Amino acid sequence: MNFQLTKEQEFVRKMVRAFATQEVEPIAAEIDKEHRFPVENVEKMARYGLMGVPFPVDVGGSGGDYISYAITVEELSRVCASTGVICSAHTSLCVWPIYAWGNEEQIKRYVPDLAKGKKLGAFGLTEPNAGTDAGGQQTRAEDKGDHWLLNGAKVFITNGGYADVFVVMAMTDKSKGTRGGISAFIVEKGFEGFSIGKTEEKMGICASSTTELIFQDCKVPKENLLGNVGDGFKVAMSTLDGGRIGIASQALGIAQGAFDVTVDYMKSRKQFGKKLSQMESLQFMMAEMKTRIDAARLLIYRAADMKQKKLPYGPAAAMAKLYAAETAMYVTTKAVQLHGGYGYTKDYPVERMMRDAKITEIYEGTSEVQKLVISADIFKK
Amino acid sequence: MAFEIIVCAKQVPDTNEIKIDPVKKTLIREGVPSILNHDDANALEEALKLKDQYDDVHVTVITMGPPQAKDMLIECLAMGADEGVLLSDRALGGSDTWATSNAIAAAIERRGKYDLIFAGRQAIDGDTAQVGPQIAEKLGIPQVTYVTEFKIADDRKHITVKRAMEDGYELIDIQAPCMLTAIKELNTPRYMSIQGIFDAFKKDIPTWGAKELGVDVNREVGLEASPTNVFKSFTPVPKGQGVRLEGDSEKELAEKLIVNLKSKHVI
Repeated sequence: MNFQLTKEQEFVRKMVRAFATQEVEPIAAEIDKEHRFPVENVEKMARYGLMGVPFPVDVGGSGGDYISYAITVEELSRVCASTGVICSAHTSLCVWPIYAWGNEEQIKRYVPDLAKGKKLGAFGLTEPNAGTDAGGQQTRAEDKGDHWLLNGAKVFITNGGYADVFVVMAMTDKSKGTRGGISAFIVEKGFEGFSIGKTEEKMGICASSTTELIFQDCKVPKENLLGNVGDGFKVAMSTLDGGRIGIASQALGIAQGAFDVTVDYMKSRKQFGKKLSQMESLQFMMAEMKTRIDAARLLIYRAADMKQKKLPYGPAAAMAKLYAAETAMYVTTKAVQLHGGYGYTKDYPVERMMRDAKITEIYEGTSEVQKLVISADIFKK
Repeated sequence: MAFEIIVCAKQVPDTNEIKIDPVKKTLIREGVPSILNHDDANALEEALKLKDQYDDVHVTVITMGPPQAKDMLIECLAMGADEGVLLSDRALGGSDTWATSNAIAAAIERRGKYDLIFAGRQAIDGDTAQVGPQIAEKLGIPQVTYVTEFKIADDRKHITVKRAMEDGYELIDIQAPCMLTAIKELNTPRYMSIQGIFDAFKKDIPTWGAKELGVDVNREVGLEASPTNVFKSFTPVPKGQGVRLEGDSEKELAEKLIVNLKSKHVI
């Protein structure tokens, strides 16, 4: 047991905190209001290695570890949850599966540009009729001899409108069902028959790009099959296990951000001749919030550490995500309450943070799905 | 042969509430969060810009300070410097600017060839702006302080700098090797990079003491050898905040001013 961050991890936090404070925070409210994807900041994040934190240097990564990656998403999300999820979806859901499941050629071809952030990644699993029930895939991939032919649509794809590379799941043999019937493909922007559909108007994370993906006789080269035929479900589930560490970190960042601005607010706001920070009932609310934030952080870092050590970490990541997402909702709701009327206005960031927090209970597995994962592990024997 | 750039940097306390040792009259650094001095970050950035431009540029950061100043050198390496050297030794403690520049000049000479030296204008703790110029004097090289623009010819010998003055600027031609002290207008320092952080911790940062530097501990470095005597250190009482009046016309502003002065019974 060692509950201390390494020096390297402390420096990562210091660096990302400085970057987030100076580059991300000043535009966070504006890009939320304008629903604008922050291309300029994604370029800067690439320059400093934030788009490939946990991958080795020889494949273009930054040579960091998974706790450093969690810290990166946390610190970005502390000031802007949209920016946090751009990093998380790219790293966990696109770069990771290609790095982990790709053959040598695929890794060489895709990972360096992605990990360096020269290209942006996305992941396509969810469909209009296949959300939590991922097995209900209706997107089909047919073997046409020299290529695969994809037909169907994906929805709610994070980074969709700006990504260059997509990891996409499609049914290759319906008779084999979920396990064995689905395969994973690497699809590039610009492939014939592939287009981006509707961009969603969302409650929160408004600066992230959430779109439909449309495949109409989309030709995918044979060599772009990721893993073997029928490995798709395993690719998707292992990817989501890791993705949950990213989303948990996003939720943690949102909670910490809301907490920090509330501390400042309470030190300056006076009512009944006293600062809010001097009122015990409000102090106790903050004590409860801080305790939950810390508990979420420990769960996340533990899951990240287990992933780093290549230990089975699925249930640990699910617990981290479940708890961090609920903490994000709890803390941001209380933070708005502590700000009173001001908290309900867009003049204070807690309004945005509360809207942003909700998605963490939904995407990359709802809280209910996390409970399925956790309880399946409890009763598996 | 590589183009060798030396950057002189200092770790400084990250606070305006500087504590002062009542006996020694020097700053207490223990327990105060420390940062890379702002102007020194500009000095390093200018060196790193040259490194971005030319493949053979080698950047070495030299600092003198307590053992924890190593963290600041790691930060410099994580920003992109190639090498860090820490001058740390009890015998160097309490050095004033004269003694500090003796130690740093000795370190630069010990290290070997150099083509260019960048330093920050001044440190936010001492605010003397003396160490950079003194190093240049001791090394016998030309110097320009308050550099706000820097251009180097492709021969990497002829340099043109813009030197900020209170009432204008000077354009100065100077030849390498020379010492240039940076001000914040020179550039915007980059952040550390993630890969830079992980690489930096793998690098060896040598610590040199008085012995390695070959300096005389009684006459050249340390508190005893320092000719500066601090007469008095004190924390100035902060001035009250001013009031900023806004208005569309002189008349409106004058009216507001009069109302303000009247309400305070000044007039």
